[in-house]
Order: sequence, then C-alpha cells, then structure tokens
Amino acid sequence: MRLLRKGLLIVTVIVLAACNQSDELNHPGVEQVTTPAYGDTFIEASIGDASTLLPVLASDSASSSINGLVYNGLIRYNKNLQIEGELAESWDIAEDNLTITFHLRRDVRWHDGEPLTAADVQFTYNLYIDPATPTAYAEAFKQVTRVEVPDPYTFVVHYDKPYAPALISWATAIHPRHLLEGQDITKSPLSRHPIGTGPYKFSEWVGGEKIVLEANPDYFEGQPYIKRVVYRIIPDVSTQFLELQTGSLDFMGLSPLQFDRQTDTPAFRRLYNKYRYLNFGYTYLGYNLKRPLFQDKRVRQALSYAIDKQELIDGVLLGYGAIATGPYKPDTWVYNGNVQRYPYNPEKSRELLAAAGWEDSNANGILDKDGVELAFTIVTNQGNDLRSKTGEIIQRRFREIGVDVKLRIIEWATFLKEFINPGNFDATILGWTGGPEPDQYNIWHSSKTGPRELNFIGFKNAEVDQLLEDGRRVFDEQQRKIYYDRFQEILAEEQPYTFLYVGEALPAVSRRFRGVEPAPAGIRYNFTHWFVPKAEQKYSR
Amino acid sequence: MLRYIIRRLVLLVPLLIGITLISFVVIHLAPGEPTDLQTQMNPQASSELQERLRVQYGLDQPLYVQYGRWLGRLIQLDFGESFATDRRPVLDKIFERLPVTILLNVLSIVFILAIAVPLGVVSAIRRNSGFDRATTILVFTGFAMPSFWLALLLMDWFGVRLGVLPVSGLKSLGYEYLSWGAQLLDRISHLILPVFVSAIGGVAGFSRYMRSNMLEVIRQDYILTARAKGLAERTVIYKHALRNALLPVITILGLSVPGLIGGSVIFETIFAIPGMGKLFYDGVMMRDYPLIMGILVIGAVLTLLGNLLADISYALADPRIRHTQQANRSQ
Repeated sequence: MRLLRKGLLIVTVIVLAACNQSDELNHPGVEQVTTPAYGDTFIEASIGDASTLLPVLASDSASSSINGLVYNGLIRYNKNLQIEGELAESWDIAEDNLTITFHLRRDVRWHDGEPLTAADVQFTYNLYIDPATPTAYAEAFKQVTRVEVPDPYTFVVHYDKPYAPALISWATAIHPRHLLEGQDITKSPLSRHPIGTGPYKFSEWVGGEKIVLEANPDYFEGQPYIKRVVYRIIPDVSTQFLELQTGSLDFMGLSPLQFDRQTDTPAFRRLYNKYRYLNFGYTYLGYNLKRPLFQDKRVRQALSYAIDKQELIDGVLLGYGAIATGPYKPDTWVYNGNVQRYPYNPEKSRELLAAAGWEDSNANGILDKDGVELAFTIVTNQGNDLRSKTGEIIQRRFREIGVDVKLRIIEWATFLKEFINPGNFDATILGWTGGPEPDQYNIWHSSKTGPRELNFIGFKNAEVDQLLEDGRRVFDEQQRKIYYDRFQEILAEEQPYTFLYVGEALPAVSRRFRGVEPAPAGIRYNFTHWFVPKAEQKYSR
Repeated sequence: MLRYIIRRLVLLVPLLIGITLISFVVIHLAPGEPTDLQTQMNPQASSELQERLRVQYGLDQPLYVQYGRWLGRLIQLDFGESFATDRRPVLDKIFERLPVTILLNVLSIVFILAIAVPLGVVSAIRRNSGFDRATTILVFTGFAMPSFWLALLLMDWFGVRLGVLPVSGLKSLGYEYLSWGAQLLDRISHLILPVFVSAIGGVAGFSRYMRSNMLEVIRQDYILTARAKGLAERTVIYKHALRNALLPVITILGLSVPGLIGGSVIFETIFAIPGMGKLFYDGVMMRDYPLIMGILVIGAVLTLLGNLLADISYALADPRIRHTQQANRSQ
C-alpha cells in the first residue's frame, strides 16, 4: 500500500483492481467466435521510465508492471482475488498457523534455461532481509523466524506468531540465485536486463523511450498468445491520448473526462473497448487529532455531514466513482456496508457543532466558541488535480455551515517534510491505495503514530489496536471479517477521516484483443490469455 | 592571443568551483531527501531502512564533508552514481540523453538562422512595408504562443486528423526492420514537429534582433559611402551591411553552446523525447543530488567555454576588437 501521489497513478495501477460494473460498451454486439492465435504486439504507454527491473529494488509503478510479466511469485491473486498457486503447486498451513509449506512446480525454468528450485526461493528470502539490500519490501519477511529447504521442490517458512499477511507476501517475485548470489545487488546487470521465470522475457530497453518484452515460449503455463509487449515512455497524458487516437497505443487508462466526453465518438468505438471498475484506493479528508479542535468527535462528525460526497464524485470524477465509507473497497469480502453513514445534511452538522459549543455569537457568518472562530487549513499535495478540486468543493460546503477553511497546495517533498512529518497541519486531503489484503495495522494502530509513520493523524483507539492485532493473527476469512467489520464500525463512528470516494479505473483496450474478461481482479489478470485473431493481427514482427 | 586564452582558462577554475559550491548548497536547501521517495508513506518500509539508505548514500555526513567527497571525485572526473534506484553512473545517464538533445538543438539553431536571418534582413530593408508589418505580427504571435499549446495543436492536426506525421517519439515501432532510406525518412518525419516547435520562439526573437541590427548598420556612414561610390544596392546590403549586422550572431552562437545540452522539460515531455531537460527535471524531483550536480557542472563548463569561445571568435571576426587588444598590449 502506498500513498497516491498523482491521480494519474490511480488509472495506471489497475492490476489489482476489481470489477464493479461493466460498461455497456464492453459488449459490442455479437462477437464472432474466434480461435486464439499466436502473434501481434501489445503497445501501452507509461508516464515514466522504469527505474530498475530487479523487483527487490523497484518501487515505481512502471518497473512493477514490467516485473509483473517477467517474474513470478510463489502464489498470486486469481480473477476473484482468491489466492492461488503460481510457482507453488500447493501449500499447507500448519494447525498452529506458524508454518507454511510450499510445494513448488517442477517444470519451471529461468529464461536462461536453468531450472527453478527451492534454493532460489530461499535466496530471495535472504536477499530481502539482507541489511545490505536497499529494499522497501523487507517488513513482511522480517516476521519470518526460519526457512527450510528439505528438498529442491519444497520450501518451508516458520513464524513465531501467526501472521495472516504473511501468505500473500510470498507473491513477491522470486529472484534467480544462480545469477545473483554473492554479488552486490545494487550493481547487478540484471537491473537493466532481467532474467525471470515469467510469461515474458526481457528483450530491449531504450532509456527514456521504450521497453520491449517477448513471449516466453517455454512458460510453464503455456506460451502467451501475444508475442510482444512494448512499453512506450510517454510522459504527457495528453500526448498519450493523441497517440491512442491514432491507434498507435493498444491500451490506456483514461481520465474521467476522456472516458466520458472525448472518447464518445464512433471512430473511437471502432478502435477500442472501454471498461470501468473500482480501484483499490480511496481519497479522504484526514483530521489531525492532536489539534484540540478535532479531539471532539462531534466536530469531526459534523464536518462529515457537511460534505456532499456524491457531489464530489459527480464534480471531480464525473460520476466515475463510489462513496467511501471506510478503508475498504465496496465490492470486497472484507467491506462492511452496515456502518454509520454521513449523508449530506447541513442541519445535522450545525446541530452537532452547536452541541459542541460552536455558535455564531457575533453574527459574522463564522461559528465561534470562547471568542475563537472555527477556522482551519486543509493541506494537500501539488500535482493532483482531483485533490485540489475536492478541496475547493469542500471549502465551499464548510463555509455554508459557518466553518472558515483555507486550502493550501504544496509541493510533495515540502508537503511531507514541513507538514505531515512534524504533524504541522490541521486537516489534509490524501489517498491510500491498497490491495485485497485487509491488514491496516500500519495506518491505524496507535504504535504507528511516530514521526514519519503512517498514522500521522494520531488516531489512538485501544479497541481498534486489539482488532488490528487479532486480524493479523488468523488466516480464516470469515473469522477475520468479524474483526475487520468491527474495525470499520469504529472508524465510521469516530470519523478520524471523512472517507470521501473510491475512484474507478477506466481503461481502453484495442478491439483487436480478445479474451478480455472483466472480473473482480480487473482486466489484466489474464493477460497471457489475450489474443488477436490471425486476420486482425497488426504487427507481423 | 594564446596568453590571453590560457589566462582565461585558468580563471575558469575558481569560477567553476564557486558555481558548484553554490549549486550544491542550494540543492540541499530544498526540503526532502532522495531516500524519502523510496521510504515515505510506504507501509512496508521501516525507518531503519531510511537510515541505512542515508548511510549508503553518505547523507548522514555533514554537508561540507559531502561536498568535499563529491569534489574529490569530480577532480578525477568521476561524477558518481545516481541516487535513483538503478544507481547507474551519472555520466552514463547523461550520455544516454545527450545525442538526442544535441541533435534537436543543432537542427533547431540551423532552422532559426536559416529563417530568421533573411526574414530580419528583408524586414529591415523594406521597413514599414506590408511585408514588414505582416512578419512583425506573425513573429510576435509566434513569440507569445505557449509552445506546449502549439505542440498539442500541431500534433492533433498533423498526427491525428491528417495522419501525415507521427505524434510523438523519435522512431516508429519496427524501425530496425526498415530499409536505410525508410529509416532516414522515419527519423525526419519524427523530427519535423519538435524542431519546428522548439525553433518558433527563437525565430521570432532572432529575426527581430536581426532586423534592428540591420537597421542600425544601414544608417552608418560607410553604407552611405558605399552607396555614394555607386555600388549596386545588392552589394551594399549583402556585402557591406549584412556582414556587420551578423557580428552579434557570433555572440549569440557562443552563448547557445550550453543551450545545446540543455533541453526543455515541457517540450520533451509533450513529444516523449528522452532528452536532458526531462532527465534534469526528474533528477530534481527525486532529489538525485549526484545527477543534478553532474548536469549543472557540465552545463557550467560549457557556458564558460562558450563565453570564451564567443570572445575569441569575436576578436577574430572583428578587426576593431583585435586592434584594440593589440593597442592595449603595446601600451
């Protein structure tokens, strides 16, 4: 889970996004039955160049999406966001939830022909926890007490406490031991020329221009149909959109404006299918709970009542989104819809503020208490148009109930250093992206309120702490749901954030490509099964 | 002359060190550190990682130690490794972007000179004519037009609607499989819009400059003399006047040497051209200190050399300057 910096990323990170509703456009009449064929090239654009193609070091979305095709993990999420085996054929979780045994496939080879064994998995684990490895993803592996390799195709992990997010941490890309062992990982040539086990092999990287992958004919799940994948680096989204209109791109995550207004032409529909589904990730207004003003729950609730969330969705996302009621996406198993909601209700808002002692005693339109006016500043980061627009709309609504709000938009690094890290803010508009794993320990646990930690609003609730700890200790979904349902109830009651909205991913895919099946996991989960009928193939090489 | 050049070159060294020192301090004044990007707001990253990265990058040292280390390596022509996750040598990164940037800038300067010089001269000769007025309007429109907007309009028009030129990038997909001639055509078609857009502002400014220069020169006594001698108007204008009016061009060319490796972020972003401007911008956003410093140093060296070069060629081209120098020396 990472904080969203740019709205752009919302639309590009769709790999883990689930399907909400498919657009009418998705089913363009009767498709003739076509047989899968090999060949053709899939071209998509990325706003930034990849940084490194070693998954252990990469933390940007461009690198991650390429690494996703080049490497495999032991397990993965399937189309319904259930965990299934990838390099692991099966796995057993011991009775006490402390040991996981993975049974690896025996037919997997690295792109250079070497067989994959449990030694590679062990090496990957050691690589991540090595203090010399500058990786941002070591935390989940640090919970491991011991690993074992009883035979070349069995890998056993031991934990001293049950840790539910542990299982999905093994979706981490497995690195080739025979090429990396004993080397300085930061100087490995593999960062520019990766060798994995995945459906696509690395072919070419022209810095700042493009990255090319070729289908792996020996892929253990069968050769992917699309022969080549090209990532073109096009930093400007307007340019990407122009390229899309000329047909030079086969895939693009559209903005709501592009999706709604600019692609509603017969010419565009002839070339592309459009899809829409909810993203993992939400935007919120977070209150600094260390400020006396926000320590009164009634004030936070009043502010939530004063915001018209549907208005935000209509105004900012042109309707392509859903109201958020908590940290989880409405169409996932962990989501609890039966929580306290805050529909737009300015009267209720005024009542709550009056009950908290805020009244307009000098009739200047701004509420006050003990001679102090109800005024604060909302900060957000520069470069995210959705957030600044959201801020402006909220500002107006707050003014209507007599709350004087200023909006400040600050460059990202300054924003973190001067405002968020030192806790020097009243309220902030930000967003979180997540995935199917519901663990929210790092964002809501009271132990995570230190400097540079993620509970920067200073939320402390003993029951929530307990629920978050319990939720990580069990693997069973139904049992976990009990904990997380209660967790969502408390958040909804307390309103440390006003949860605003969940945006939608709005991808356009060239109509040449068949086999696209929207599912809770989005559309890219079955990319290796996409194909172009022989007659429609566009690129022969 | 040689002594003069050597003296100037020696004087460059303290100047350069001063420039790097100021740049180094200013860059570190900006809030945020390169490690922030990897570790901040990432639930999987611990603060311990943050510290480890800071040690690896040497950011735990006081600023003067960091500067000393950096300068020590620079003297051995080692620009260090980038702080980005790829940790590539700064020079590799710069040299990867340099050819494209230089190509575009050279083409753009050639285009500017080829259009602006005749335009300026003709405007000056036919001062206040219909042609002069028309170019004045055109030139100011070109100057005032935001280049990103013009670029998008041209891309939409020629790339999407007419479909005659590629929208962005430098080469088509499958460029490697084209014949030699087709490759050349492909490259040219990709360069037309970027060169045109990057040159348009320059054409506007430069032709104005050329026009006023020419007007100044035409008023001089020796032009009057030339005309009085009965020389043909062509000879007067293109031989006597133009030569003198072109003198300041040398200065401008000299000053544009550092510009050859500089790029424009906006322009490169829009045309998806991997050039120096974008590299520098990304470096600044990520607080990639070695990369920023590397580009600044190369830029500073080229600026200083460009100035020197301009001064020298000026002396070579203009006898008045040459003679003054000699006169000074003989005193």
